Amino acid sequence: MLDESTPIFVQIADRLADEIADGVLAEGQRVPSTNELSAYYRINPATAAKGINVLTDSGVLEKRRGIGMFVAAGARGRLLQERRRRFVERFVDPLVAEASRLGITSEELLTLVDRASHARGGAAV
Amino acid sequence: MTAAISVVGVSRRHRDHLALDAVSLQVEAGSITGLLGRNGAGKTTLMRIIAAQDFASAGEVRVMGADPVEDDAVLRRIVLVREDQIYPRYVRVWQLLRMASWCYPNWSQELAETLLRDFDLPAGRRVERLSRGMRSALGIVIGLAARTEVTLFDEPYAGLDAVARDRFYDRLLTEYTERPRAMILSTHLIDEIAGLLERVVVLHRGRVVLDAPTDDLRGSASIVSGPALAVDQFVAGRRTWDRRRIGSQASAIVVGPVTEVDAARARSLRLEVEALTLQQVVVRTAAERDASAEERTSA
Repeated sequence: MLDESTPIFVQIADRLADEIADGVLAEGQRVPSTNELSAYYRINPATAAKGINVLTDSGVLEKRRGIGMFVAAGARGRLLQERRRRFVERFVDPLVAEASRLGITSEELLTLVDRASHARGGAAV
Repeated sequence: MTAAISVVGVSRRHRDHLALDAVSLQVEAGSITGLLGRNGAGKTTLMRIIAAQDFASAGEVRVMGADPVEDDAVLRRIVLVREDQIYPRYVRVWQLLRMASWCYPNWSQELAETLLRDFDLPAGRRVERLSRGMRSALGIVIGLAARTEVTLFDEPYAGLDAVARDRFYDRLLTEYTERPRAMILSTHLIDEIAGLLERVVVLHRGRVVLDAPTDDLRGSASIVSGPALAVDQFVAGRRTWDRRRIGSQASAIVVGPVTEVDAARARSLRLEVEALTLQQVVVRTAAERDASAEERTSA
């Protein structure tokens, strides 16, 4: 369930952020508590709390005293913005690097992306 | 925060053998520490000293701020569950739990009975007629139901199968969440409980060779493998452990984090990179300690 390469609290924060960005967890919705996360992932409650804290510090989650943690207003937009930035780093840069190694020109690459996009019913290209 | 357990410069000498050599560690109230290391590294000796079942030749131990030796009030706040726990012979399970309840002021009979059912322990059976696994489970029941501020589990799972161990981890976590306490768990099945540990202390030949927050150790070393030339190129200028080569293929463990840039570079070099598990980190740390000791003696 969890991988070995990153601290667990980072993985907890990332997963919640993913769910918020994907709209699975809507703004204003309650997120799992520290204890729920700890029991589910079988991790130390302090580690789960640390993951939650990452998201409260960045304003993605907000604490409502005595009730729990909720997705903050505007959280999804901010997360999507951050994801777009990372998309370039993680996918576009390596894609271009590999293409150049294979001798694929920019025009060819764009055609390939276009074709793949059409096959999926036409995303944003 | 104050340390529930404080061990400072503790040594334990058995005739000419130094079982513990100037060991120091701190465990905060409400935290779980994993005490790891090979057999004979000194884990049991250290836990016994903390529980005042053995005595330090030098150094200082404080539990809840007091010296536990011959201090009954402190000893009632410590439970030590051992792998090879010896129980009185003719006693039945329910009688043993009764005896335990006299020792520990926070004892929960309700929890003990729930746990007996969880682990399928027959209350009426004589302890000497329990199987190895059942005896381990009984130790776990006592360790958790004692609800002591300091809880020490020394390899508590001998003979327990994977299902029963899973149950142990779940019950331990539930209990701990409801009533946090200072816990030390010693185990060889490190990866099974890695997520529960906030801190890891590795003993090797009686010394502390690693003491770090568990999260800091995740991703702290990775194994890189692929074409030998590419491996050489990737690890150049980095600290490595355990470099191997077969034909044109090679592998090496790189110490230190692998950033996204590193990972992209590894991919472009057709290398595979996999983070070491906590267990592997612990094993390598001890092995490297031996290797560097050998270098010093041969130099």
